[in-house]
Amino acid sequence: MNQSEENKKKVIVRVCIGTGGLAAGGKEVIEAFKKAIADFCVDIDLDFTCHYQKVGCRGFCARDVLVDVVDGDTSVTYQGIKPDIAKRIVEEHLIKGEPVKEWLIDDSYHAFHAKQLKILLKDCGTIDPEDIHAYVKVGGYDAIKKILSSMIPEDVIAEIKASGIRGRGGAGFPTGVKWEACRKAPGDVKYIVCNADEGDPGAFMDRSIIEGNPHSVIEGMMIAAYAVGSNLGYVYIRAEYPAAVDRLKLAMAQAHEMGYLGNNLFGSGFSFDLRIKLGAGAFVCGEETALIASIEGERGMPRAKPPFPVQKGLWGKPTVINNVETLSNIPYIIRNGAAWYSSIGTEKSKGTKVFALTGKVKNTGLIEVPMGIRLGEIIYDIGGGIIGDKKFKAVQTGGPSGGCIPAELLDTPVDYESLGRVGSIIGSGGMVVLDETNCMVNIAKFFLEFTQAESCGKCVPCRIGTKRLLEILDRITKGLGREGDIELLEGLCAGVKSASLCGLGQTAPNPILSTLKYFRSEYETHIREKKCPAKVCKDLLTYSIIDAACTGCGACKRACPAGAISGEKKKPHRIDPEMCIKCGACFDTCKFASVDRE
Amino acid sequence: MSEILDDIIARYREKDGNVIFLLQETQEALGYIPEEAVGYFSKKLEIPSSRFFGVVTFYSQFHLKPRGKNIISVCCGTACHVKGGSKIADRVLRDLALSAEGETTEDGKFTFEIVRCVGACSIAPVVLVNNRAYAEMSADGTSKILREIKKKESDESK
Ligand SMILES: Cc1cc2nc3c(=O)[nH]c(=O)nc-3n(C[C@H](O)[C@H](O)[C@H](O)COP(=O)(O)O)c2cc1C
Ligand code: SF4
Ligand code: SF4
Ligand code: FES
Ligand code: FES
Repeated sequence: MNQSEENKKKVIVRVCIGTGGLAAGGKEVIEAFKKAIADFCVDIDLDFTCHYQKVGCRGFCARDVLVDVVDGDTSVTYQGIKPDIAKRIVEEHLIKGEPVKEWLIDDSYHAFHAKQLKILLKDCGTIDPEDIHAYVKVGGYDAIKKILSSMIPEDVIAEIKASGIRGRGGAGFPTGVKWEACRKAPGDVKYIVCNADEGDPGAFMDRSIIEGNPHSVIEGMMIAAYAVGSNLGYVYIRAEYPAAVDRLKLAMAQAHEMGYLGNNLFGSGFSFDLRIKLGAGAFVCGEETALIASIEGERGMPRAKPPFPVQKGLWGKPTVINNVETLSNIPYIIRNGAAWYSSIGTEKSKGTKVFALTGKVKNTGLIEVPMGIRLGEIIYDIGGGIIGDKKFKAVQTGGPSGGCIPAELLDTPVDYESLGRVGSIIGSGGMVVLDETNCMVNIAKFFLEFTQAESCGKCVPCRIGTKRLLEILDRITKGLGREGDIELLEGLCAGVKSASLCGLGQTAPNPILSTLKYFRSEYETHIREKKCPAKVCKDLLTYSIIDAACTGCGACKRACPAGAISGEKKKPHRIDPEMCIKCGACFDTCKFASVDRE
Repeated sequence: MSEILDDIIARYREKDGNVIFLLQETQEALGYIPEEAVGYFSKKLEIPSSRFFGVVTFYSQFHLKPRGKNIISVCCGTACHVKGGSKIADRVLRDLALSAEGETTEDGKFTFEIVRCVGACSIAPVVLVNNRAYAEMSADGTSKILREIKKKESDESK
């Protein structure tokens, strides 16, 4: 770079390359910016130099690719950027100084953020996750330095206890209490394990934190290690998250290089190192004792507790297992103090919680809200309400261990106790919104298919119980339900809940119990009338064409994969019920609403 | 093949002797876990092959059969399910003329899999084609991608 280049002002183009950003073409967008700049350079002498920053998920993935243009003190955010728009932004904004209005973020973007409180996610999406200096610049690794220079382990534990933080992996166990138990457990060798298995199928909080701010997790583990007296940590992470694994490896390498991981850190005498273990695709391995077995190279089967991992964990040594989000909170608590943290949230649930808001809301994405916010605020203010202004039906929280909460309970505050009272859980943070076109029996069956397939088979109530439950749900959705099936479900659910060995079996009935509680009549309609009110259960539907409305355009005939539709052009068409495989293609295709589904 | 396997064994010995690591490396190198590989490990390391198979069958990541050249994974996690993931899965089955998830087409060009959440739930429903995520997919959109790959494949073989 010559002298004059160096004196030019710097413009930063910040591009989301989180999962959503990549899927929407984040990398191509960066290339398009580079190409546009290079093309303009040929003819004009630009008065700035352009720098590119890749950032992780910023929350509002539905608006990807999100691009910030930072010019001195002003920062402008664009949404929905495709490679072919880059040239216009370069020309009109970077060169002529006029932001391209039609691609700027709009009111709904601001509404999405208004009720959020971002602590963890603040740095996710603004700092470059592939550069340790970016984390250091925003105060990163200050917490561990502070601790090593001025706090004894007992002080750290007291601080974490005072903050009131509870585990974000699902059970909500107080983190400080867990650390204390491990500290007090006899033994010289202890381990810290970060649970990044994120098995809930509909959740991506942990993935986004690791991809967007990996150093916060590493720093959290270091603090935990110092507090309990450990020198080695493991991150157990799903192999399905290759980008997160790469980020984490890079972060670890940089931390090593800087002397933030390794021996005698910051001259304190404290040493800590990290290893990564890849999960191999088994939901039950998120359960802590199964996770330990898996790290040890065995089939990941849970065992009975006690002894708890804090007493007898990895390789038989005292082990603290914490979730990614829990650990990521720790540096922020130490930096800002327990009093600050405990001022956020409710009496028994402190701080913020990250949720993956998905399903039928307009604004899907990753959100961080203070504990105690009402469900309705999340769905209507942050989520912007239901897509297509359909009717809200329920919100599913807690994944396969959780439940469905109906419209009349949208005033429920989001905290551990309140969600428990209405038959669900906070869980790890999945929040899937359902509308009137979702069938609740189908949803219950969906979760049972999952838990049944993922049951490790060690104990009979879970292995056989989930199978029986699934069989009953299956026959109800097929129109073969019988009187008494609901009572049978209830009885079996109680049995599986009380007799299973681990959390998977103990919570597997929850999706059934909560839908039975709030949507019992939907079950009854399936069983008695052999009808699916939401029109989801295939076997209970018949497709036919309404003669009077059919224009004979033939679109359905072309769409039908089974060749079940016949008819001459411009004359009413007909569906052969024998051949119809009930795929619904004709229903979706017909522009004249002439296909009837009953 | 034995060279590759010997190399993996050497690295396995350096690590803490972890069977899952050994199998993950094998699959990474060969695309699946051939039975001969298990036999080879079993003999060299004096570990009964039943232990390997126990681990292989427990974890869904491992495949005992070779997979196709193109891997089509349709997400049927919760967020994708409620937005019609299974309709897409049905369509892929039909387009590829397969009868179940996990199968590979006869010409070895495609394997179809159902995955349960790839952590991109806010852009559901998601389809992965050779690990690249496609956002907000429809059955028609997926058919179109399949047609494009098929065309590319047949152009290449010409
Ligand atoms: C079947 C099952 C699956 C679980 N999956 C996860 C998971 O994916 N991630 C996680 O952090 N915790 C998971 N847990 C909870 C862990 O067992 C453990 O409680 C948690 O990691 C502790 O960390 P925390 O105290 O920071 O929440 C799971 C529990 C069960 C029973
Ligand atoms: S409850 Fe289910 S998953 Fe847990 S140990 Fe028993 S069989 Fe395995
Ligand atoms: S539902 Fe599907 S198979 Fe049946 S008639 Fe319509 S398009 Fe054809
Ligand atoms: S991945 Fe870009 S905002 Fe979530
Ligand atoms: S449910 Fe499909 S990506 Fe999460």
